[in-house]
Amino acid sequence: MDVYIKGIGNISPQNTIDSNIFLDEIVNHDTDFLSCIAPNYKEFINPIQLRRMSKLIKMGISASKLCLTDAGIENPGAIITGTGLGLVGDTEKFLNQMLDNNEEFLAPTAFIQSTHNTISGQVAIALKCFNYNNTYSHRGFSFESALLDGMLLIKDKDAENVLVGGFDEITPEHYSIVKKTRWVKKETIKSLDLLDHKTPGTIVGEGVGFFSLTGKKDESNYAKIKDIKTIYKPDNKEEIETKINQFLTENDLTKNDIDLVVLGINGNVDTDDIYYHLADNFFNTNYAYFKHLSGDYHTVGTFALWFAANTIKHQKVPEVTRFRKENFTEKPIKNVLVYNHFREVDHSILLLTQ
Amino acid sequence: MSKRIFVTGIGIISGIGNNVDETFESIKQKKSGVTEIKYLKTNHKGEIPVSEVKLSEEELIKLAGLDKNGSFTRSTLIGIIAANEAVKNANINDIGECKTGLISGTTVGGMDKSELHYKDLLTTTNNIEFIESHDCGDSTEKIADSIGVKDFVSTTSTACSSAANSMILGSRMIKNGLLDRVVAGGIESLTRYHMNGFNTLMILDHEPCKPFDENRQGLNLGEGAAFLVLESEELVKKNGSKVLAELTGYGNSCEAFHQTASTPEGKGAYSAMKEALERSGLKPEQIDYINAHGTGTDNNDLSEGRAIDKLFGPNHPKISSTKAYTGHTTSAAGGVEAVLSILCIQNNMIFPNLNFKEQMKELNFKPVTELLENVKVDHVLSNSFGFGGNNSALIFSRY
Repeated sequence: MDVYIKGIGNISPQNTIDSNIFLDEIVNHDTDFLSCIAPNYKEFINPIQLRRMSKLIKMGISASKLCLTDAGIENPGAIITGTGLGLVGDTEKFLNQMLDNNEEFLAPTAFIQSTHNTISGQVAIALKCFNYNNTYSHRGFSFESALLDGMLLIKDKDAENVLVGGFDEITPEHYSIVKKTRWVKKETIKSLDLLDHKTPGTIVGEGVGFFSLTGKKDESNYAKIKDIKTIYKPDNKEEIETKINQFLTENDLTKNDIDLVVLGINGNVDTDDIYYHLADNFFNTNYAYFKHLSGDYHTVGTFALWFAANTIKHQKVPEVTRFRKENFTEKPIKNVLVYNHFREVDHSILLLTQ
Repeated sequence: MSKRIFVTGIGIISGIGNNVDETFESIKQKKSGVTEIKYLKTNHKGEIPVSEVKLSEEELIKLAGLDKNGSFTRSTLIGIIAANEAVKNANINDIGECKTGLISGTTVGGMDKSELHYKDLLTTTNNIEFIESHDCGDSTEKIADSIGVKDFVSTTSTACSSAANSMILGSRMIKNGLLDRVVAGGIESLTRYHMNGFNTLMILDHEPCKPFDENRQGLNLGEGAAFLVLESEELVKKNGSKVLAELTGYGNSCEAFHQTASTPEGKGAYSAMKEALERSGLKPEQIDYINAHGTGTDNNDLSEGRAIDKLFGPNHPKISSTKAYTGHTTSAAGGVEAVLSILCIQNNMIFPNLNFKEQMKELNFKPVTELLENVKVDHVLSNSFGFGGNNSALIFSRY
């Protein structure tokens, strides 16, 4: 299922907008949650429309335009997005209005903007793109499903190139709710110290990432996505190892061919075990992690894909992302495997090559 | 790799019945599910009619065979009921015998519980188990666990075309050999959230809806869940499975016009139907029946009707919307109407468009208003159009 990444637009809690730089300067967040560094929206959206849009729609349209400009594509053959929680801000707004006003005197705007397919629809409107359009919302498989869908469209020759994106946002109100679960750290930490806090829960982030995928090989492409696989509720570590081995075999590789493994370690002592296990007992190569830069969220796979593609493009694993640094060895980066799981339920593996 | 996709099982629950048999009986008796609100706790009770599943939460838990202490939303409960019926209908004994996936569609997800407990979640630690039932994936995973699916799970969320898009991804994954079998469809329970949302858009009829009628006043919301079991040709042959219908075509197109409205000429609807026809290799005149999206709103019925006129006129197939039976079950609608389309093929029947009186002056066709029996129904086109301009169309054919 070979497809190539032709362009990327990534808005995240780091400086990721400029595709020529790759984590040269790092932002160490010390707030409750990691917010995105907003671009200058006026570069992407006209001021009249801008006023009506909520934050996530602005970020969505900006990231999609950044991506298409990067790829040199005007109108994609399909638009597919993934989101875990959709437009949280608009949802809160309409829900609170409804509850506070006892279902009376409601304005439709927040409701209209709160469906999960708002971004794919708005991007289509902005581009006048009448082609295939879809949105997935399934926790740790939201972006991965969108990516799989896009890869299939290219493989089946239903589209020459596709725009695939993932988005999630965090608001103060939503943070106050999720902090009550065991998935979020009780303490506020400096994001770069994530792995020093051996406590339950992770840090919450947000992000919007769009990728222009094509079936055409070109020198200017970031990398090739060879394959993707999702694993739902594996029984144990052995099943994960078996599935990774199968996945590599299907792609004519073995674990010794992997030059870099990108791990979704998120600092949660209750659920990080598998990452440490794979690094220490399964693979024998270089490792990187990234959630201390992005925080964790349902579609963090977008940040992981951006990161993995850039390690290949720039032939560099930034110091700050190296895991098991003491064993890190300089070598060409040809095959990169990304492994991430969402709350030990939704696991995904992604294979990129040069 | 399988080039053909077969339907081997169907399951449904909606305002007109808790299973396939009850649904079919209600259709034949012209019994609509649209009534005064009984179960949803809303101030609009008595004012806005809806088609609710006629069971309380306790009754649904019992019917789903679950322990009452779990954090199940109403969407999840009806989803579990319909998915299990579909799997049983397909005579599946061991769902793990081949690569099986579940793709479900939902847009409101677990909002029925979130809206009930939201202020608690903000200010207390009560009911926090419902924090994790809010997102769209929760229901899909609970349904997958109930029917024993492990190989692939995903959730589409394209408003009212969600279930149709689940079936489209499912058939593409089978065609590519990634899965042998997919349980695909959609679920949606009524919530105050989307009822009030639709109400602010002033598209809810306060009387039973009248799709394709000159004097239509809007839609009635409904709730429901419906799933199809889709299987590859190889699997059907291997197991000697009974085939209910073949999914011969699908189309997905974006209107790219307005977040909540379609173009008056129905550009997106036209493209989706045309693509489905092209994929199926069928000519417009080979379609015997169109189960239209036909919500009863000014905008939908005009744009969909014009697109049908353009693609099928002047020799229109039989056309009806079954929304006056089930209400508009939003994300589940594509599944609900796929099941009804298959029932039409199986029984050589065409189901009536209830409440229709006067033909729309812009259109060149009238919908079917009586139950037609012993008619040729070999190919059915089923339309699902959603907010955001997401238009999808499916074609089911006699096997």
